[in-house]
Amino acid sequence: MSGRRVAYLNARLLDPDSGLDAPGNLLSIDGVVAALGPRLFADGVPGDAEVVHCGGRVLAPGLIDMRVFVGEPGAEHKETLASAGQAAVAGGITTIVTMPNTTPPIDDIALVEYISKRGRESSAVRVYPMAAVTVGLAGQRMTEIGLLTQAGAIAFTDGDRSVADGQVMRRALSYGRAFGALLCQYPEEPTLARDGAMNEGEVAMRLGLPGIPGAAETIMLERDLRLVGLTGGRYHAAALSTAASVEALRRAKQQGLPASGAALPHNFALNESAVGEYRTFAKTQPPLRAEEDRRALVDGLADGTIEVICSGHDPQDVESKRQPFEQAAFGAIGLETMLPLALELHHNQELSLLALLGKMTVGPARLLGLPQGRLAPGAPADLVLFDPEQPWRIDEARLISKSKNTPYHERPVQGRVWRTVVAGRQVFPPPRET
Amino acid sequence: MNAPAFAFARRHLLGIEGLSAAEIAAVLDLADSYVGQNRQIDKKGTKLRGRTLINLFFEDSTRTRTSFELAGKRLGVDVINMSVGSSAVKKGETLIDTAMTLNAMRPDVLVVRHPDSGAANLLSQKVDGSVINAGDGKHEHPTQALVDALTIRRRLGRLNGLVVAICGDILHSRVARSNILLLNTMGARVKVIAPPTLVPGLADRLGVEVHHHMRDGLRGADIVMMLRLQTERMRGSYVPSIREYFRFYGLDREKLAVAKPDALIMHPGPMNRGVEIDTEVADDIHRSVIREQVEMGVAVRMAVLDLLSRHLPNYAADGGK
Repeated sequence: MSGRRVAYLNARLLDPDSGLDAPGNLLSIDGVVAALGPRLFADGVPGDAEVVHCGGRVLAPGLIDMRVFVGEPGAEHKETLASAGQAAVAGGITTIVTMPNTTPPIDDIALVEYISKRGRESSAVRVYPMAAVTVGLAGQRMTEIGLLTQAGAIAFTDGDRSVADGQVMRRALSYGRAFGALLCQYPEEPTLARDGAMNEGEVAMRLGLPGIPGAAETIMLERDLRLVGLTGGRYHAAALSTAASVEALRRAKQQGLPASGAALPHNFALNESAVGEYRTFAKTQPPLRAEEDRRALVDGLADGTIEVICSGHDPQDVESKRQPFEQAAFGAIGLETMLPLALELHHNQELSLLALLGKMTVGPARLLGLPQGRLAPGAPADLVLFDPEQPWRIDEARLISKSKNTPYHERPVQGRVWRTVVAGRQVFPPPRET
Repeated sequence: MNAPAFAFARRHLLGIEGLSAAEIAAVLDLADSYVGQNRQIDKKGTKLRGRTLINLFFEDSTRTRTSFELAGKRLGVDVINMSVGSSAVKKGETLIDTAMTLNAMRPDVLVVRHPDSGAANLLSQKVDGSVINAGDGKHEHPTQALVDALTIRRRLGRLNGLVVAICGDILHSRVARSNILLLNTMGARVKVIAPPTLVPGLADRLGVEVHHHMRDGLRGADIVMMLRLQTERMRGSYVPSIREYFRFYGLDREKLAVAKPDALIMHPGPMNRGVEIDTEVADDIHRSVIREQVEMGVAVRMAVLDLLSRHLPNYAADGGK
């Protein structure tokens, strides 16, 4: 008859999709949002419902992170789907989209099915694999975009590599149209970025480190946007970092091109000065840029040019990072810190809480064609309950991720997750064994 | 039986482009009469006795070359086959030098196949006889389109108003281009179906509907024309793989179900079974007219030779006596 009911009482309901920001209650039945609003339960809470007292905290759709590198398969010592899932739910994330940069790379139907299956079996969150655009991530031959889409690939990317060959990119964009495929490009002209270790600029000059010019990103982005104009294929810039790139995307959107873009917290919460005295945890992709670039990213988020914030979670073990800066691996983890770092933009009055949450919920959901990311009857009951004000200090020793490469150690932040729910079930804090 | 000569007043057949509906009908009418001749025991005629035809093939071909050879012989023409392997071209001679050399031997008809678009056109400017384009690059293959039209017309009685779906590598196909031009001229409605990488971006300017899904493109089709996909185009450059191509664009019973129940299946050959067409469909004797297309090939080429030779400079109205 009636299924498993959970009643969330006395919450501040925030739904970026509808613009709802009001005190109220929410009822989920069997993992799906059944009803919500200020007047829900006016006649009393159903007696058979499990009750969650929200204490006026924010109840929002669980966050969707569309750029997560996981070590499974091939580098399970850095991160597994299980450990990434634990870290994600601690950060209020209920859906992760995995990158195909594994060993072997996810470029085949069986591998896409494997990631989906492992995600279901072992991870606390919903896991959607992106598949490679090119076979073996080699940038030469396109993958079976149609069959991979049918097998569950949610989008296509070569992950931390650009599809550099213009003809290959053009054909992939064009071919993908038949299947409505979204191509996510990490825009970086590889010949300009080659051997670079950090942003090309004054800091790199003083440290004597080879630079990656901002133009490497913008050149690739602008080329891609012209190919989008040529083909009509759907395009998403997976991580933007420069002022010129934001401007290029802004213009493309004004022209009506089917293009979108994302920013990682690193690039709007930090600038190149975080590299300090060769701190390899600040060696990120895209590199931390100049202050004016960081500022432009914030503006791009505020005016809607950039509609997605994602963590870019990229776990690296100690051996990969405890190296001279040039030899150290790129990458920083981010699942557990995305929400509080994004909330800085709210506390600094750059973006409203609703607009900010939209970039981690309905923004990616629309691009990826997912039903979650909304607080609405019929939507999956993927929820995050958090206090946007509560201060705390990031401590790498207390992070759940298997790898600890965070550039935010000891940073004071505001905004703490109280509870994370996937399909109506509490996944954070970890439910006590019964 | 002869169509009036004024209906087809040309010395060359370089493409379908520019032909009127009346001219196309004249070729098809005359070809119809040659089908009968080709089914007799004595197929040999003498109408063009004394004429010389050179098959000048810079690309491999079996059926087109053989078809022209038989067409010529059945009209009494002396036929010479030249293929690139044995010609001077391999020794560095240019196309025009080859043409001028051959021209000096006074052939009446040059049948040319060449990998470059526009090659037949170039030759036609340099020789005294007729030039027939037997396929130039990605441009046109006019006799194949006439063959397909004759096959359809004999089966369904008309071309006007039919819905024809052309599926496959439209981008590189001279057969598709000629067929689109001919079918549009004759009043058929043409739909092309291909992955976006295999159809020119401006294909709608050719007057066709462009579809990327078989179920959309095949719906209501009277005729389904499958095109050959060259395997080198399937290894990740235009299409990811053979299995993906066959899954989404290969013709099988399931996809064919949305076409008209008696829709005819055509293929200009040679077929890649299991790539663009399922064997069961290709061999369906009720619907597949693929072998009939080959038969019509000889009759159409006889008609073309007949009509063009009437406009050679030394043509005598009494048949050359």
